[in-house]
Amino acid sequence: MVPLSHYIALSAILFVIGAAGFIFRRNIITVFMCIELMLNAVNLAFMAFSRFRGNLDGQLFVFFVIVVAAAEAAVGLALIISLYRSRDTLAIDELDSMKL
Amino acid sequence: MVPVFYIFAALTIIAALSVILQRTPVYSALSLIVVLCSLAVLYVSLGAKFLAVIQVIVYAGAIMVLFVLVIMLLNAGRERHTEGSRLARWLGVPLLAAFLVEILSVIWNGLSSGAVAPPAPDAGPAAVGALLFRHYVLPFEVTSILILVAILGAVVLAKKQL
Repeated sequence: MVPLSHYIALSAILFVIGAAGFIFRRNIITVFMCIELMLNAVNLAFMAFSRFRGNLDGQLFVFFVIVVAAAEAAVGLALIISLYRSRDTLAIDELDSMKL
Repeated sequence: MVPVFYIFAALTIIAALSVILQRTPVYSALSLIVVLCSLAVLYVSLGAKFLAVIQVIVYAGAIMVLFVLVIMLLNAGRERHTEGSRLARWLGVPLLAAFLVEILSVIWNGLSSGAVAPPAPDAGPAAVGALLFRHYVLPFEVTSILILVAILGAVVLAKKQL
């Protein structure tokens, strides 16, 4: 059996990769995908802790995170479509004003 | 079981790097699908069969279809290189490196690698469903309200005139 620390280390590395993409990428859709990557890193940590504690509660948390991620993706992508209609751009450097 | 973890851990990290290094959003989305599927394999290696299936169907299926659809709808091409990210580069790299070193040192010192895993609990749909509908029934109901609000919000936001 692979030790718990390896799963958690993989989760941490994935989270940092997602955070790096969140900071460095300039396209709003890619930034959104990096948020999904960070959510999945946390899901892996939940799953590993659930397995090594020997109960299913962590898996239920993963279930709820997936549900919330689905809702978030639907609303977030609708926001992106609405932004693109009004500003005609996806570059976050140009989306820097609060009002039209 | 052990080589499966390392093979798919490496695949996950490579695909995750590909997500953030590709300059075209469609390639990032396809790399993200690889990440999600190999995470599903890791879930199977942790004994979570039901959640692995949910991961593939809901995440790699439904959510990523939504992403790819929006990328095609908005015709998102290669992103242009801008100078606005210079502050992020100077501040972001040291902060992220410090964060990674910190969290890995905590893992290294805090989690003894000799911890023996208890026998894997039965994580099939029946066991997960029983726990969901008995112990977590209130969060489940709240989730239904959340999804209703998300549907309404998506329809309102994506309407022609806002």
